[in-house]
Amino acid sequence: MTTAEPISGADIVLRSLVDLGVDVVFGYPGGAVLPLYDAIFQQNHIRHILVRHEQAALHAAEGYARSTGKPGVALVTSGPGATNAVTGLTDALLDSIPVICLTGQVATHLIGNDAFQEADTVGITRPCTKHNYLVKDVANLAYVMHEAFYVATSGRPGPVVIDLPKDIQVAKAPYIRPSKAQHRSYRPQIKGDLALIKEAVDLLAKAKKPIIYTGGGIINSGPAASQLLRELVRLTGYPITSTLMGLGAFPSHDPHFLGMLGMHGTYEANLAMHGCDVMLCLGARFDDRVTGRIDAFSPHSKKIHVDIDRSSINKNVHVDLGIVGDAGHVIEDMIKIWKSKICKPDEKALKAWWKQIDEWRGRKCLSYAKRDDIIMPQYAIERLYALTKDKNPYITTEVGQHQMWAAQFFGFDKPNHWMTSGGLGTMGYGLPAAIGAQIAHPEALVIDIAGEASILMNIQELSTAVQHRLPVKVFILNNEYMGMVRQWQDLTYGGRYAESYTAALPDFVRLAEAFGASGLRVSNPADLDSTIKEMMKTDGPVLVDCRVAKLENCFPMMPSGAAHNEMILSAEDAGLSPISDEGKALV
Amino acid sequence: MSVPVQEIARHTISVVVDNEAGVLARVIGLFSGRGYNIDSLTVASVSEDAKTSRITVVTSGTPMVIEQIKAQLDRLVPVHVVADLTLEGPSVERELALVKVAGVGEHRVEALRLADAFRAHVVDSTNSSFVFELTGKTTKIDAFLNLMRELGLVEVARTGIVALARGKTGLES
Ligand SMILES: Cc1ncc(C[n+]2csc(CCOP(=O)(O)OP(=O)(O)O)c2C)c(N)n1
Ligand SMILES: [Mg+2]
Repeated sequence: MTTAEPISGADIVLRSLVDLGVDVVFGYPGGAVLPLYDAIFQQNHIRHILVRHEQAALHAAEGYARSTGKPGVALVTSGPGATNAVTGLTDALLDSIPVICLTGQVATHLIGNDAFQEADTVGITRPCTKHNYLVKDVANLAYVMHEAFYVATSGRPGPVVIDLPKDIQVAKAPYIRPSKAQHRSYRPQIKGDLALIKEAVDLLAKAKKPIIYTGGGIINSGPAASQLLRELVRLTGYPITSTLMGLGAFPSHDPHFLGMLGMHGTYEANLAMHGCDVMLCLGARFDDRVTGRIDAFSPHSKKIHVDIDRSSINKNVHVDLGIVGDAGHVIEDMIKIWKSKICKPDEKALKAWWKQIDEWRGRKCLSYAKRDDIIMPQYAIERLYALTKDKNPYITTEVGQHQMWAAQFFGFDKPNHWMTSGGLGTMGYGLPAAIGAQIAHPEALVIDIAGEASILMNIQELSTAVQHRLPVKVFILNNEYMGMVRQWQDLTYGGRYAESYTAALPDFVRLAEAFGASGLRVSNPADLDSTIKEMMKTDGPVLVDCRVAKLENCFPMMPSGAAHNEMILSAEDAGLSPISDEGKALV
Repeated sequence: MSVPVQEIARHTISVVVDNEAGVLARVIGLFSGRGYNIDSLTVASVSEDAKTSRITVVTSGTPMVIEQIKAQLDRLVPVHVVADLTLEGPSVERELALVKVAGVGEHRVEALRLADAFRAHVVDSTNSSFVFELTGKTTKIDAFLNLMRELGLVEVARTGIVALARGKTGLES
């Protein structure tokens, strides 16, 4: 709705948000955003969710965005509000999540004076956003709001900051809804080049040992891309693997799915990547956690890379065919061409390839020793999955071993149900992200699979969950260690556990209760199922302190500096291949 | 497959950007944040309506790195066009330098004589110094400076390289 009479900048922001389809904002007030908060107070189109730390506002916006496909919106004050948001912005940048962060700023005439709670927000956030704006004239505000949403959600999505000086929030201008004119310079490429796609299909059809390697780009493209991907796999019969970010785009229980690839990926997925002759990478970016040692990465394959971001192509790995475009559109074209050319896979070669893959599968790389006296963390995830899968839960995680076990043992069949901090690896992500997902899906089961160390990084958000009656479940795999750190210390640093024991842990059950949530504890495998059921039955937020084996390590593992064919499958294996100094230098 | 060894080469890249606050910081931040070299960088508003600026950046890297640099520049929101003048056909490159030389007697005479040979103009003079203005390729300016070092070179200011493709078409046409 356009207004002829001038309205305040704060009202322009809110009208724009309504016009852009926003119904919820995650935020935290402060001096520099008081005009905006006053405007929020006086309307009822937009719901404000008060978080307890600005980092959480950003992660909640991410959780909202990832579970809906719509942009998430955060609102924070100037100075410390903005600097607290930086981790969340960087997280969204690395995982390509569309979020808009409105930051308050000191009045324009004070900018540069080291005014109270002034920070150079556009300067600080320039490298951790897709784009940012400082609005210096209220007449531009509506345009900036609409452009910011377009930039955040189109092409390769990402975070956008709009810095709003306090006087701009007060100054008046008519609200004119900008027409959808083409942007002056920013034009993401959505459709792929058909000639290149034809070449890709030719390569694929001739493959003898093909692999499809998919990532978060499929999820970002929207649910249609996941459907198209299923069709492509059905059509070709080719094996498929996914990055951490892409889980859910393809059903994990489909026999064509080899599991996740990469550092904690499956034996069969990594060896298939290593041994393939044609690799089709769809919406993934050859991250170092996926490729392992780059000079030994998939040495004999022709590589096709489809990515919406031209700068992802040929960045880490040289590819034979780079196609810039949205993964969903390109898959659609591939399917059309495959069908119109009546392509047939090389059945004989494919059969031999599957035979080889099944041999690798036969190693059962995810097996672990079950125990009846202690809960094994893998078992806890298996049971959590078995008992909740009918409810189609939304899963978030923190960062560490529990995150990898969740990726390995929880089955994902649908896109947008799995939210984890992949690129930045941000401990403290899971609880606020779960809150964001729960806001978007009030009736759904939302579970944060957590570690006892990570959860303490944003534990204050339990208060948010209680205030807004959000029934998020936090399932802590409590091993009393920063397990992932300890694992690296085991493998690389002679078992010297420097500072990785999480001493002085709180009593999580009483902690939950102190927040007004419910707490449960389980340490006996025989009680695990009943505790999970109890968690699901309990209204409101629940924290489960699941005591698991303390020294279990996460396998398979491609140690740092190793290649796909140099994975270790067990602790015994690990003893045989000490990590080189070169490997130690890698992250 | 061993990764082919790639030669490092120098490239001159033209970037047409929106003339807005922070755009230069974005470009420079991209180079420093990703560890690319900047050998030279110039920027000025060039359009009649002052809405766009042209940045000329000289950088060096392997073909893969140069490709990355161009792709990274291209995805900045205010960037209109990125052109690799080194790859895309013949181009002209020029740089301007102001060169202050102080001295008396023979040195002074020799400086003036060499300046004339290099077609440098005298833009300031006192009875013991000159400021020369010189345009040309970087190599020409380097050669001039080398000669002036022996003749009382005091200080230099250089613009860095500006460049255009030869021929009748422009970057945005
Ligand atoms: C903010 C942040 N700080 C530090 C790290 C490094 N880090 C990665 S995993 C990890 C330990 C996590 O421990 P916990 O949450 O208990 O998970 P576990 O590995 O035991 O399952 C640490 C410290 C990180 N990823 N994020
Ligand atoms: Mg732990």
